Amino acid sequence: MPQQKGVEELQTVRHILCTNLSGQFDRKQAALIPGTFVRAGVPSLRKGEPMPTRILHKESLIPGKTSKLVLDAPEIARKGKPGHFVMLRMTPTGERIPLTIADTDAENGTITIVYLVMGKSTALLEALSVGDNVLDVCGPLGHPTHIEKKGTVICVGGGTGIAAMHHIAKGHARMGNKVVGVIGARSKDLLLFENELKSFVNELLISTDDGSYGHKGLVTELLRDRLEKDKSVFEVVAVGPVPMMAAVAETTRPFGVRTTVSLNPIMVDGIGMCGACRVSVGGKTKFACVDGPEFDGHEVDFPELRRRLAAYREQEKVSIDDYQRTAHGN
Amino acid sequence: METKTPKKPVAPRVDMPCQPAEVRRANFDEVALGYTREMAIEEAQRCLQCKKPLCVSGCPVEVPIRDFIREAAHGNMDAAYRIIKSTNSLPAVCGRVCPQEHQCEGKCVLRAKGQPVAIGRLERFVADTYIATTACEQVTGTDACALPRGDLKVACIGSGPSSLTCAGVCAAAGIKVDVYEALHEAGGVLIYGIPAFRLPKNVVATEIDGLRLAGVDFHLNSVGGRTVEVEELLETHHAVFIGVGAGLPMFLGVPGENLVGVFSANEYLTRVNLGRAYDFPNQDTPAFPGKNVTVFGAGNVAMDAARTALRMGAESVHIVYRRTRAEMPARLEELEHAEEEGVQFAMLSAPLRFNGDNEMRLTSVTLQKMELGEPDASGRRRPVAIEGEVFDLPTDLAVVALGTRSNPILLDATPKLKQNKWGYIEVNEETGETSIPNVFAGGDIVTGAATVILAMGAGRKAGQEIVKRLLG
Repeated sequence: MPQQKGVEELQTVRHILCTNLSGQFDRKQAALIPGTFVRAGVPSLRKGEPMPTRILHKESLIPGKTSKLVLDAPEIARKGKPGHFVMLRMTPTGERIPLTIADTDAENGTITIVYLVMGKSTALLEALSVGDNVLDVCGPLGHPTHIEKKGTVICVGGGTGIAAMHHIAKGHARMGNKVVGVIGARSKDLLLFENELKSFVNELLISTDDGSYGHKGLVTELLRDRLEKDKSVFEVVAVGPVPMMAAVAETTRPFGVRTTVSLNPIMVDGIGMCGACRVSVGGKTKFACVDGPEFDGHEVDFPELRRRLAAYREQEKVSIDDYQRTAHGN
Repeated sequence: METKTPKKPVAPRVDMPCQPAEVRRANFDEVALGYTREMAIEEAQRCLQCKKPLCVSGCPVEVPIRDFIREAAHGNMDAAYRIIKSTNSLPAVCGRVCPQEHQCEGKCVLRAKGQPVAIGRLERFVADTYIATTACEQVTGTDACALPRGDLKVACIGSGPSSLTCAGVCAAAGIKVDVYEALHEAGGVLIYGIPAFRLPKNVVATEIDGLRLAGVDFHLNSVGGRTVEVEELLETHHAVFIGVGAGLPMFLGVPGENLVGVFSANEYLTRVNLGRAYDFPNQDTPAFPGKNVTVFGAGNVAMDAARTALRMGAESVHIVYRRTRAEMPARLEELEHAEEEGVQFAMLSAPLRFNGDNEMRLTSVTLQKMELGEPDASGRRRPVAIEGEVFDLPTDLAVVALGTRSNPILLDATPKLKQNKWGYIEVNEETGETSIPNVFAGGDIVTGAATVILAMGAGRKAGQEIVKRLLG
């Protein structure tokens, strides 16, 4: 940061100018230099830190609902792996929210995130444009996906979960696994990342609830069909809404295929401090932020997760109503 | 040990003015209002100026207490401040949150008469009164400004009391410091943990501003072990200090603990303090609304959670504890403040299970009545269940304040770091150095959950060792 360097130099110059030959600070001399005397008592915890993260690219995937953002975050890009997530905060009064990383580009120092506008925080994110900054981006967090070369993996994605699944699927493809993608949405216009997935998966199966594209029905129907015919599948990965992940786990259970789900519980810090994200896995309490966010889908207590996700439903409504009122100037 | 005995009767301790309990239980403003100058001088004059000041030996950072009180007694608050600052980087914080009754004031000779000198209140007054005019003064307490050494760099991971102290010691010696903080605000537990009514946030901000102006750079959103790693920092810095705090909250291990409405104290307090949930919806982070709140545990964090719940509008708040008031580990002042504000205590009660409705929302907790039996290894009388005495306490918000275990993020990413049998970082007692040369650690990640001042003591020790090594 050239600007930062300037400040440092100025501080150093001041220090030297204010210091007499015996190394003591000279108050009279210091008084002659503007800006050297600083009064205490001004709360400014963030002053001076160029923390915000710039949005380099924004693509609307479902107008007003879902967008893809490419962020300038070299540190996170360098270390981020499939399965990792970041914590974001949009404004100084904003709430921290977790989002799974949908892609990383270490060379260009960027990460990609995809979100569904669900409450105030994601609405604030959607209101940002290219060139704007996301105030806080922290990561990469969580354990990355466990990826080993073992044969065929089926990656199932639903809703915005398709974007996060895409990152995991890419990791499997790079490892040399045969990747079958299965994606679903209510209708064709709500389907995300079809082209991105097609660029590297071996096969892509598509379903829509209304039959406007691909198979008419649920992703689990395509999945069951595939598992019945294809015995080389060693793992199924599912990312999406809780009911979808629960349904995928029930579909694979009779086949005895390892099933990994990426969970999205409420988080506050995202660094193992608060336990808001605790989930029951195999009867044991786990923290999704430091033990996950991926777990064995056959062991996860999905009904509990669903109810814990709804814990703040009333406050979320107050928050978004308040935002919409003020955002429209009423 | 020989000590001076008071010959003439000593005046009673000067009380500190507080917001009235019925007023303050509805706001987040600071409870204790602090001494006036006259009160401070009167209280300072109670000090006997012992030849061998025992109070100093009770202080983890060895503040020259007798000397600063002597200056305060003469009204020389600036001189008093410089004396405190010679060993304590955060006096305004310590004056507010230290358990003085177990430390300096616990050793005060006047305690035998029941009323030790109010050292904490004096420290607070002196720190609040003094307004530093330069960054050097803010960090070192003296006009002497160290020549900045651009060639020497130290990294501190975490920005809580231990890291800030280590950074302050290094900066005072002219060493450049980079502090890496995982959250979006610096201060660690001083920001996310301790509520504003006990430690106003601008007190912390002032201390941090001073450090910043003295050449400490704060890098927010930087998670030690993820965004930045110890090994990498060692390539760019001459030494690394790890002060990441404890972390993973402990739960009770009883059925129903994942019901909606059961929280760790860390979560509840972080939402309210860091997230400013008391100002929802102006601030976006909500806190779970509870009418009948139960808090489990009896330390300072439990008191903070209980008093926070009152201010968030709870109709009743119970602290549930399996022993009695006498065994409570909380700072006495916090306990008294909690009682005054209307926190109720369910003593000699241990939770058996949490009960919920069909939407998995918490409705009550089942408690087992206890009695005190024979003393255990810690010397405290062991609570024993009274058979058959089980009852339900209705509650819709339960806060578990039982302490924390070590946070695995940095430890997992740094396998070379030797851990002790409890999973905390093992350090050399004398220097604070870990099993990796030039990597130091202190605070809760070494000792497990402890106090602000103990963490500061560890940060100071490591900082002094770093300065010694780098500057000779």
